[in-house]
Amino acid sequence: MTGQMPAFAAAAPEILLAIAGMGLLLYGAFRGNGATREIAYLVIASYIAAAALVVFVVEVPTVTFSGLFVADGFGAFAKVLVLLGSALGLLISLDYIEREQMARFEYPVLFLFATLGMMVMISAGDLITLYLGLELQSLSLYVIAAFRRDMVRSAEAGLKYFVLGALSSGMLLYGASLVYGFTGTTSFAGLAATLSAEAPVSIGLVVGIVFVSAGLAFKVSAVPFHMWTPDVYEGAPTPVTAFFAVAPKIAAIALFIRVMVGPFGELVAQWQQIVFAVSILSMLLGALAAIWQTNIKRLMAYSSIGHIGYALIGLATGTEEGVRGILVYMAIYLAMNVGTFACILCMRVNGRMVEGIDDLRGLSRTNPMIALALAIFMFSMAGIPPLAGFFGKLYVFLAAINSGLYVLAVIGVLTSVIGAYYYLRIVKLMYFDDPVEGFDQPIDRGLSVVLAGTGLFTLFFFAFPPALVNRAAAAAATLFGG
Amino acid sequence: MIIQGLAFYLFAAIAVVSGAMVISARNPVHSVLFLILAFFNAAALFVLMGAEFLAFILVIVYVGAVAVLFLFVVMMLDIDFVELREGFLRYLPFGALIGLILLVELLLVIGAWLVVPDGAAVTQAPAPPPDSGISNTEAIGLLLYTDYALAFQLAGLILLVAMIGAIVLTLRQRPVRRQRIADQVNRRPEDVLVVRSIDRGEGV
Repeated sequence: MTGQMPAFAAAAPEILLAIAGMGLLLYGAFRGNGATREIAYLVIASYIAAAALVVFVVEVPTVTFSGLFVADGFGAFAKVLVLLGSALGLLISLDYIEREQMARFEYPVLFLFATLGMMVMISAGDLITLYLGLELQSLSLYVIAAFRRDMVRSAEAGLKYFVLGALSSGMLLYGASLVYGFTGTTSFAGLAATLSAEAPVSIGLVVGIVFVSAGLAFKVSAVPFHMWTPDVYEGAPTPVTAFFAVAPKIAAIALFIRVMVGPFGELVAQWQQIVFAVSILSMLLGALAAIWQTNIKRLMAYSSIGHIGYALIGLATGTEEGVRGILVYMAIYLAMNVGTFACILCMRVNGRMVEGIDDLRGLSRTNPMIALALAIFMFSMAGIPPLAGFFGKLYVFLAAINSGLYVLAVIGVLTSVIGAYYYLRIVKLMYFDDPVEGFDQPIDRGLSVVLAGTGLFTLFFFAFPPALVNRAAAAAATLFGG
Repeated sequence: MIIQGLAFYLFAAIAVVSGAMVISARNPVHSVLFLILAFFNAAALFVLMGAEFLAFILVIVYVGAVAVLFLFVVMMLDIDFVELREGFLRYLPFGALIGLILLVELLLVIGAWLVVPDGAAVTQAPAPPPDSGISNTEAIGLLLYTDYALAFQLAGLILLVAMIGAIVLTLRQRPVRRQRIADQVNRRPEDVLVVRSIDRGEGV
C-alpha cells in the first residue's frame, strides 16, 4: 500500500461534505447567527450535490483507503436515503428554530457533520472506520439534542443520550477489541477471510460479536437497548426528534447489515439467534408500550422501536431477499416518519407547541388538510393496504417466510394488529371526537411542501413499487455478490 | 541481559506501586503526581522494548500536557474527594464483579492466543523486524499517515465536532460596551448639543 494514492473518487461525497462543513463553519463564524437560514440552504445544497455524486460518480464497487472504506451499490442506496432524510429534517426545522430562538449557525453545520458520520458508517470497511463514523455521528447528535440548553428537558435529553451512548460505544469497542484479539485483524475483508478459513469458532470471538451487536442494537434502539429512546425523543426539540427518528436509524441499520452479513457472514448461526430475539422483543414492546402513551413524541418513539423490530426480521433471515426487504422498509419508513413529524410540527396553539395526543381531537373539522395527511401516515404505519407501509411489511415478511422463519412472520403480523390499535386511535380522535382549540394557521411553507411530498409518496406508492424495489434488490445484490 | 532484567523489574514495580497510589492517595494532587511517576516508568519500559518514539511521546504528551492539565483541573475544582469516596464500600461488590468478569475475559483471550499459536501470524500490521532498517518512528508514521490516513482525518473531524459542541453548549454572549475611537472622534457638537435661548426671569 505504501506510496500509492488511495482512490479519492470513491469517497467524493464524503470529502465534499467534510469540506462544505468546515467552509460553512468558517462562513458562519464570520457572518454570525443572522446567516443561519442561508447556511441551512447551503447545507441542503451540499446534501443534494453529495447525493448526485453518490448516484452518478460512484458506480463501480471500490475498496479504498487501505480497505478502510467501501463504496458499493448497497452503500449508495443507504446514503441516498440518509441524505434525503437529513435534508428533509433540516428543511422542516428552519421555521421552528427561528421561532424558538435557537437559530444559531452551528445547528445546520452540526447536521452536516452528523450526516457525514452516517455516510462513513454506511461505507465502513473496517472496525476502526465503523467506530469513527459512529462517534462522529453520535457526538453531533448529542449536541443537537441539547441544543436548547436553557430548557431543562432538552439538556436532560442530551445528557441522557450522551451517557447511554458512551456506554454503548464502550460495549461496541470492547466487542471490537475481542474480535481483533481473536482474529488478528480489524478489516472486514480480512475478518471474512479469517472466519471462513477457521472451522471451529472460539468462545471469545462469539462474545466479541455479541458485544458488537449489542452496541449496534443500541444505536438502532432495539429492545433491550431502547431505554433512552422515549426520553430523548420527548426531550429533544421536535424537528431534532424528526431527524433522530429517520437518518441515524437508517445509517445504523445499514451498518448493522454490513457488519453482520459481511465479515460475520460465515457465522450466521451465531448471530441469527441474537437478531431473532431482539427483533421479536422490539416488535412486542413497540406495539404494547405505545398503547398507554399520551405524548405524541413518546408514542412515535415506541412506534419507531416497533418499526426497527420489523426491519430486523429481514436481517434475521440473513438472505439477499431479507436485505432487500429492509432497504424497501427503511425507504418507506423515511417518508412516513418525516411526514408524521411534519404534522407534529404543525401542532401549535397560540404560538406554543403542544404535544398531547388529546390536542388532536376533532382536527378534521378545525384543520382538515393536516388531519387527512396524518390519517394517511397513521394508516400506512399500521400497515393497511394499499398504503406504502403495507408494502414495507410485505417484503420483509415474504423474506422471513421464504427462509422458513415462520415464527417471526407470525409475531410480526400479530404485533401489527396490536399496533394498529393506537395508530387508529389517533384517526378516531381526529375524525370522531369533538374539536378542541384548532392549530395556528397558516402552517409554514417548508412544512406544507414536505407534508404534500411524503403524503403523496405514501398514498401512491402502490402504483410504482418496482421502481424502488428493483433498486433495493440491486443494492442488496452488491452486498452478497461481491 | 541481567541489567536489562533488573531494570525492567525496577521500572515495572515502581509503575505498579504508583498506579496503586494514584487511586489510594487521599490528596488528589498527590494522585496526579503519582500518575506522572507511573507515566515516566511506563516510558522507561517502552525504551527497554526499543520503542523510543512511544517513550518520548508518552513523556511529552501525557506528562507534559495531559497530566499538567489534570493538575490544573484538580486544583481549580472545589471537589471534596473524601465525600466522593463515601459510597466506596457500597459499590465495592459491584465493582469487584465487573473487575472479575474483565479478568476472566482477559485470561480467555490470552488462553486463546496460547492455544492458537499461529494467531500472531495473521496480525494486520505486524511490527517491522528490527533489522529491516525502518525505525519505529517511521513505522508508526507509515501506518498512521498512509494506511490509516482516513481514520486519522476522521478523528480530527470528531475533535472539531467536540469543540463546536463545547462552544455551542457553553458560550454565552453578554452585551459588552466597547470603546469606539472613531465614533468618539467623529462626534460633532451639532449632533449632540442644542443651544436654546431662555428668557430672563422665567426659568426653564
